[in-house]
Amino acid sequence: MHYLSEHFSSLFRDFGQLTTTGLAQGAIYALFALGYTLVYGVLRLINFAHSEVFIVGTFGAVLTWSAFGLDQNSHIDGVGFVVLYLLVGLLAAVIASGGTAVVVELTAYRPLRRKNAPPLVFLITAIGASTVLSELVGVLTDRSVRSSPIFVQPHDLIRIGNMSLTNVQLILIVTALVMMVALDLFINRTRLGRGVRAVAQNPDSAALMGVNKNRVISLIFLLGGLMAGVAAVMYMMKIGTTRYDAGFYLGIKAFTAAVLGGIGNLRGALLGGLILGLVENYGSGFFGTQWHDAVAFVALVLILLFRPTGLLGESLGRARA
Amino acid sequence: MSETTGATKRELRNPLRGWYANLPRPARWAVLAVVAALAYLLPYVGQVPVVGPQIITAGIDWPTALFNMSYYVLLALGLNVVVGFAGLLDLGYVGFFAVGALTVAVLTSPDSQLGTKWSWLAAVPVAIALSLISGLVLGWPTLRLRGDYLAIVTLGFAEIIRVAADSTEFLRGDRGFSKLPHPPGTYADGKPIFAIMDATPYFWLGVTLIILVVIGARNLERSRVGRSWLAIREDEEAAEVMGVRTIKFKLWAFAIGASIGGFGGVLFAGQPGFVNSSSFQLLFSILVLAGVVMGGSGNIPGAILGGVLISYIPDRLRNVEVFGKDAFEYRFLFFGLLIILIMIFRPQGLIPSRRRAAELKDRAKEVQA
Amino acid sequence: MLAGAAACNSTNNNTSGSSGGGDKCGLELAFFGALTGSSANLGVNIAQGAELAVNQYNEKHKDCQVNLKKFDSQGLADVAPGLARQVIQNKKIVGVIGPAFSGESESADPIFEEAGIPLITPSATQPKLSANGWKVFHRAVASDTAQGPAAGNYIKSVLKAEKVFVVDDQSAYGSGLAEQVKKVLGAAVVETDKVQADGKQNDFSATVTKITSSGATALFYGGYYQNAGLLRKQLTGAGWKGVLVAGDGVNDAGYIKAAGNDAAEGTILTCPCAPASKASGTFVADYKAKWNVDAGTYSDVAYDAANIFLQGIDAGNTTAEKLITYLSTVNYKGIANTYKFTDKGELDPAQIIVWAFKVTNGEVVPDVETPKS
Repeated sequence: MHYLSEHFSSLFRDFGQLTTTGLAQGAIYALFALGYTLVYGVLRLINFAHSEVFIVGTFGAVLTWSAFGLDQNSHIDGVGFVVLYLLVGLLAAVIASGGTAVVVELTAYRPLRRKNAPPLVFLITAIGASTVLSELVGVLTDRSVRSSPIFVQPHDLIRIGNMSLTNVQLILIVTALVMMVALDLFINRTRLGRGVRAVAQNPDSAALMGVNKNRVISLIFLLGGLMAGVAAVMYMMKIGTTRYDAGFYLGIKAFTAAVLGGIGNLRGALLGGLILGLVENYGSGFFGTQWHDAVAFVALVLILLFRPTGLLGESLGRARA
Repeated sequence: MSETTGATKRELRNPLRGWYANLPRPARWAVLAVVAALAYLLPYVGQVPVVGPQIITAGIDWPTALFNMSYYVLLALGLNVVVGFAGLLDLGYVGFFAVGALTVAVLTSPDSQLGTKWSWLAAVPVAIALSLISGLVLGWPTLRLRGDYLAIVTLGFAEIIRVAADSTEFLRGDRGFSKLPHPPGTYADGKPIFAIMDATPYFWLGVTLIILVVIGARNLERSRVGRSWLAIREDEEAAEVMGVRTIKFKLWAFAIGASIGGFGGVLFAGQPGFVNSSSFQLLFSILVLAGVVMGGSGNIPGAILGGVLISYIPDRLRNVEVFGKDAFEYRFLFFGLLIILIMIFRPQGLIPSRRRAAELKDRAKEVQA
Repeated sequence: MLAGAAACNSTNNNTSGSSGGGDKCGLELAFFGALTGSSANLGVNIAQGAELAVNQYNEKHKDCQVNLKKFDSQGLADVAPGLARQVIQNKKIVGVIGPAFSGESESADPIFEEAGIPLITPSATQPKLSANGWKVFHRAVASDTAQGPAAGNYIKSVLKAEKVFVVDDQSAYGSGLAEQVKKVLGAAVVETDKVQADGKQNDFSATVTKITSSGATALFYGGYYQNAGLLRKQLTGAGWKGVLVAGDGVNDAGYIKAAGNDAAEGTILTCPCAPASKASGTFVADYKAKWNVDAGTYSDVAYDAANIFLQGIDAGNTTAEKLITYLSTVNYKGIANTYKFTDKGELDPAQIIVWAFKVTNGEVVPDVETPKS
């Protein structure tokens, strides 16, 4: 009993703080999860290589910054420069991630689609592509840690009792929301987006209606890559350090978030990401951080038992077609 | 598209396989007996002139490398039951391996809190029973889920086991269990058969277990259970309508797969005398799955080949110089490329199951239609 | 060349190292540890330190070389036995530098023991390794039972911290060290937490929250440098002003790189070694010249370990058996320590020194020798 009450008191004491930090981590999961959910929604494929698409993005940003002479010890003065460098890094990350995602689709997945290979073959190929990318990055960077400068020194914006929200956390959460809304509008309101929904719903009839299926699929990978690029820069703002193998667990978590929210569902990815971030943090607060991952997966299993298609259900094309 | 179909047809008329299939039954048994006998002789392959030195691993003790292959093959055979026969995607298979190995460790090691210090042999039935039960525990609530949902839940299950192995005091985490006993048996002169200097007897034990598992799996595949799995794999809804109790047979697949995985863990735990949580990484599950699919999902010889490859290739690359560097460092790069190439050019696997190849052919036809 | 090799293989025809220079030529030492995989960094430090020593020896003995063979265990206890069996089949190998980690030591050392190949581990600090009665086992660093209390005493007597938070990464090394620190500090430990190993966790927000709200002024971290760096950076980001104290696993340039100079400033790192600047010789400069990176954790100990073997070989101890006898009486003054082993293979307690280092302006500089209580 004493054991339990001690754990509860620690959870209550830190509840506010765990909430804001959990939401910030959840925002990164959410941006990352959008890539999984887009590809899954159209191809029914767990794109394991997406975690490496993200890692290539972090290296794209870090290497660009170091080309400007910035490392973990640089101090950047002036808001203008901070924004400028962040945008340059963002551009580099987005190009690196988007490019990688499209290259993987063209070289690994497209040949399989031509043969109409079964899903398992796609999955194993994705695992192969993930390994190749991760190892390539590892070999090219000597498997060493690379760090970015601190662009925004975190400080509290709001503080209510024990709960505070820092500027970095706010940036992360707002960015995730904005990207999700932008993507949602793109898929639901534009001509290209209509093509995506059509292919997600029924590839064959979409093809009959004149939608170029391969182009739509490349577009999907590109969009997922762009989101991963944004997530990469957010991650560097928050964590500030990357390594060739840093994407593996993050990717699995992001995929879990996508499934939790309802895979194939953009809003589900956001919801799933935020919930996963919160659950992990509360679990860490209560049981100890070593149970971080276990708590996440137990939550996933429980939610799937009661809602077998995730919180918001599957629907890239279906629900709002 | 007709090209693909043609290739698949050629696969079906593989001359070697045709020759084997046309042999009379006793002759087929004789061929298998010769193959098994050759497997037992593998530790001595290095003494075969010219070819031998090319086969053995230069950078790691060859009998130990063979032993490692043997438990990878056991795992591939078990996963093949789940993925290949029943068509259930399991991304967390190493969880059962962990249950098997840790049960042996907890029951036999002096480091264990239980303090039972059983012999290896006494712990075996308990370990396999616990693996089987954990398969049922995982399967019962989750088998209602389909396809990729099942994949992520099994992955989560293995991670929960990994975290528990890492973090609970009882399972000792990275500190591990030392002084695990070896399997029983002594030579005529009183020396133990399973000593620490030579891994050959462990490999022989592994081959023996593989033969037993192969015989069991082969009979299962041809039984009513096997036919039910096939029906579930090809069309679950149709199978359900035809009166196949899908949940029951899926549970069967999970339980059998899990106990074979536990078997692998038990075999593994007997050799190094030490087990800790770092052997149960997620990557291991993914590797075994890649092995099964590369070898030929749903086909026993394919699964064996896949299990051998995933263990043999990295070990064989040790001490091989490539551009002045040890190729071992690039093993995963090489491996990833190999996976992609095999999947693109031979999606049915290196030794495909005839049934699976036919299913693939059907799919390829659907594209043409 | 062939004649030399043959002379080495026939081990027992030469009773003492009186003459026969050919006897010690072409012998080999083995490095045993992780060169690839998630814990490769420490292994690479050790391998490079040992290789430097062997190269320097060979420069001086151009006509009579000793080779270093590297065995990459990936730090995994399940890979280690196969490699150990490979080592013992090579009759030229007379000594092993490693195994680097405690887990792999558990599964490899019994094989070396049975084969009678002496080993000096520069980094496996699990205390119970020396309790197995292995005559081949030698540990060139203090075990956790020496370093942990030293770190605890530093926190208690030098920092005078009244509220201490203890975190470990659940590795055999990290949790072992943290246990010892907790024992020394007793009631001063206000809260504890455990995190995942390097590479498995990057976001420590829950741990950071607990630390900031516990009111602790000092944090002990048992684990390796990458996570320590990330944790320190995130703590500073959250406004925590306390001192991070960590063991030798964090004593690496990679820590400062991951945390950034600003956040790393003032970190206390303990090490069961004397400051390298006090070390005799030019090791620090030589290492940098050879490998183009700064010497990392355990590089110096590995350098010493290799030199202990080389000195023994040079003195005519050209078989594994003779080297074991030689190690039982050796008294070698190296760059990091003076090495003298007990009958269990531990460093002579009188030789154990633990220093505290402080991160100042992005450099690890010696602070004080840690108090004994």
